[in-house]
Amino acid sequence: MELNFDRIVPSIPYILEGIKVTLQYTLLSALLGFIWGTVLSLFKISSVKPLKWFGIAYTSIFRGTPLILQLTIVYFATPQLTGYQITALEAGVLAFSLNSAAYISETIRAGILAVDKGQREAAMALGVPYRRMMIDIILPQALKNILPALVNESIALLKESALVSTIGAADVLRRATIVGAEKYVYFEPLIVAGIIYYVLVMALTFGARLLERRLRRSD
Amino acid sequence: MIKVEKLYKSFGKLDVLKDISTEIKKGEVVAIIGPSGSGKSTFLRCLNLLEVPTAGKIYIDGQDITAKDTDIMTIRQNVGMVFQHFHLFPHMTVLENMTYAPIKVKGVAKERAKASAMELLKRVGLAEKADVYPTKLSGGQKQRVAIARSLAMEPEALLFDEPTSALDPEMVKEVLDVMKSLAHTGITMAIVTHEMGFAREVADRILFLDQGRLLEDKTPSEFFSAPSSERAKQFLEKML
Repeated sequence: MELNFDRIVPSIPYILEGIKVTLQYTLLSALLGFIWGTVLSLFKISSVKPLKWFGIAYTSIFRGTPLILQLTIVYFATPQLTGYQITALEAGVLAFSLNSAAYISETIRAGILAVDKGQREAAMALGVPYRRMMIDIILPQALKNILPALVNESIALLKESALVSTIGAADVLRRATIVGAEKYVYFEPLIVAGIIYYVLVMALTFGARLLERRLRRSD
Repeated sequence: MIKVEKLYKSFGKLDVLKDISTEIKKGEVVAIIGPSGSGKSTFLRCLNLLEVPTAGKIYIDGQDITAKDTDIMTIRQNVGMVFQHFHLFPHMTVLENMTYAPIKVKGVAKERAKASAMELLKRVGLAEKADVYPTKLSGGQKQRVAIARSLAMEPEALLFDEPTSALDPEMVKEVLDVMKSLAHTGITMAIVTHEMGFAREVADRILFLDQGRLLEDKTPSEFFSAPSSERAKQFLEKML
């Protein structure tokens, strides 16, 4: 066995360029997934039956089928159905946020239900309307408790973003395989990609820990 | 101020309140007592619609709050509630707890809300705790903040749901003292309590509930010296 990193050193900046792409997919999907997931969780605890059913059916479908299937459907079927030439970025962010929202909505729902019922009653007794109560009183407490679960979801999203290499986006993984194909060495560029993903996940974990410490100020 | 007519409340097959009618006048302090499970807390929670009555009517300042078109949020701003377990908002400081609803719900200017919150904190003897989070407070202090938080909305009436039942014995007095001083300010108070001495001393009237029925509605001296129902007699013998 012979490892030859020298041959790929000139290509490392090219692979590193992929970090921007990977982060772009991850951050956009995490943000949109979180917002949509919050809305879905409110649907699920709503007393309006159709909203509730929608939330449950949605989660069931998006959790019940492979993410790569959802991604390919969005990317390849959108032009067929609508005539719109969807870009890889749009397709990736759409598929990831729709999928991630299904998982996040369950986490947030659990977080909301875990907030003491008295908090809701105290807010109601002060005349706080439902929307305000959710935004200012219930969700901040719920989010604090589910932060570790949300970090898990973001980490999963960061790694799953590598799936966009299948629809042609030049993310870290895709660039690593391109370099491999050009130089006829695969192990070295893929290891570089692995290290990049690992460092990104560690950075995310560290950032989350700082955020959690800040949120625990009131304990 | 608060008028209750033929109030019924059931949870499924369980009838918790049966045919309760009474009236609480403006400025009156009413203690609601009775054995546990008698429906006193449910009765109190009906007064700001935390529980929706099964039948009957409740009027606050002449307005039927059980009517469909009543804006219950406005009513609740005017009828505060203090809970057994305080329910302070843990992610807000004491001052934020007190100014949140006045600012966000009533639209009071920030500076004014803060100033009146500080006044109230002084009144309950906790001015130095304005910027701490609730976890740092003792039970008695939490309850005093909760009372001040309700008062910050400047309600006409305050409902107390067993305000001292979750407190260590040595903290009961500090909360009762605050409530006593409140009783003299002319605010209407309805208090569910097990503190017989307090009820006797502070209340203008005693309501005695048993198994969902209002058995006695008397002044403290009448009630404690000559209860008319057998059930109240037994209850008092055990309590005093």
